Amino acid sequence: MEEDIKDLILNYVINEYIEDEDEVITYDTPLISSGYVDSFSMVSLLVFLENKFKIKIPPAKATPEAFDTVNNIVALVNQYIKKE
Amino acid sequence: MSYSNKIKDIYLHQLEEIRNAGIYKEERFIHSSQAADIEVEFPEGAGLKNVINMCSNNYLGLSSHPDVLNAAHEGLEKRGYGMSSVRFICGTQDIHRELENRVTEFLGTEDTILFPSCMDANAGVFEAILTSEDIMISDRLVHASIIDGMRLCSAQHDTFKHSNIEHLEEKLQLHADKRIKLVITDGVFSMDGDLAKLDEMVNLCEKYDAMILVDDSHSSGFIGRTGRGTHEHFNVIGKIDIITTTFGKALGGASGGCVSGRKEIIQMCRQRARPYLFSNTISPVIISGVLKVFDILSSSTERRDKLEKNAAWWRKGLTDAGFIVKEGNSPIVPVMLFNAKLSQDFSKDLYNEGIYAIGFFFPVVPNGQARIRTQISAGHEIHHLEKALTAFIKVGEKYGILGLTKEKIVEKYGP
Repeated sequence: MEEDIKDLILNYVINEYIEDEDEVITYDTPLISSGYVDSFSMVSLLVFLENKFKIKIPPAKATPEAFDTVNNIVALVNQYIKKE
Repeated sequence: MSYSNKIKDIYLHQLEEIRNAGIYKEERFIHSSQAADIEVEFPEGAGLKNVINMCSNNYLGLSSHPDVLNAAHEGLEKRGYGMSSVRFICGTQDIHRELENRVTEFLGTEDTILFPSCMDANAGVFEAILTSEDIMISDRLVHASIIDGMRLCSAQHDTFKHSNIEHLEEKLQLHADKRIKLVITDGVFSMDGDLAKLDEMVNLCEKYDAMILVDDSHSSGFIGRTGRGTHEHFNVIGKIDIITTTFGKALGGASGGCVSGRKEIIQMCRQRARPYLFSNTISPVIISGVLKVFDILSSSTERRDKLEKNAAWWRKGLTDAGFIVKEGNSPIVPVMLFNAKLSQDFSKDLYNEGIYAIGFFFPVVPNGQARIRTQISAGHEIHHLEKALTAFIKVGEKYGILGLTKEKIVEKYGP
């Protein structure tokens, strides 16, 4: 289950944000601090996560740090999946 | 005084970090007027060097045109130096409105409002016309001033992949429930030199009931058959709801900008755009110069035609020599080097050869996409371009990159 979520999010990130096919993105690749994702573009990711996992992430928790790697995003999503 | 050593150390530390990252910016002092041939002092205190300018936004070569200078002199004599007021108190002269009308006519819009710069136009327009019920959907490579303007606005925001029409459509579907949807793009992208696909974007906007804003700062005056801009190139004059542009590039190159478009939107800007409300507008001397620029552009397309020919010559010359050049059909021709240090070394060597062209790297462009951005002007003669091309080839040979693929350059110099 955990691996499914990880791959789901990784695939979304690659399809949504990565334009250079040569780029290798892993679970630990910094997305925001490396410039792959800018703060405006995080909106799509937030909407995707909320719709896909039927959760609501408060704006205060949707920080650049929390969204910086796929592993961080999975940890954030898990907090809310488990709560609900 | 409260500027303690503790505070000073904070700034010294930040400056050191900028230097260590290799992104500390230094100005080069030009001792001549802006033109194809310039006299440069660099580094500070060094002797003057005559170089060919390959990196200015002086696309039409009008920055030092004698007719523009004369008109500016005349404007200075007749209308004075400054207004000492914002527009709506006592800072509007007849010539400010005259220029707004000239821009409206030139761009084929309904009305225009002047701003001190296009940076200010972009900083003011979004907040003036959108609220939290609305969405801004921008291309991921739009200019920094648009990003700042969007940050100042309470509307929601999202982005689409650069020039990716399918992705834009997905975003328009995703945000279908918003009150106003505003699609935002540059007309010509300043770092890559490519044109936004305005015809396709306009079709999508009509399909999804969205407005469109185009920043045509790197297009106004020379893109399109008569230089109206990217909307003329794509045959969508009258269909772009909002155009922002600058007088600081092709249109005389001094300063100033504007928002041009739907009448009610311009009226909203006049009521609510903060850089318009709280800052003096363009000085009479510059207004007078820009009015003359529009006279010149209305009388002939000679300059934009020459620019088009120059840019095509330059692009072909670099490509034939074995450089990797970003595809496009604007006078912005980026020579791709990928590695940040290589772009800086390459620029220094070009300078030693008498060619002034700057290397750009992350964060100005994406990581691993470092380049020398060259910009062609109607002020260039073929002998300028020939000399520049010879220098590029000489430096390219020194680094052994001519004819190499991206992979080979990265293998040699790193990403």
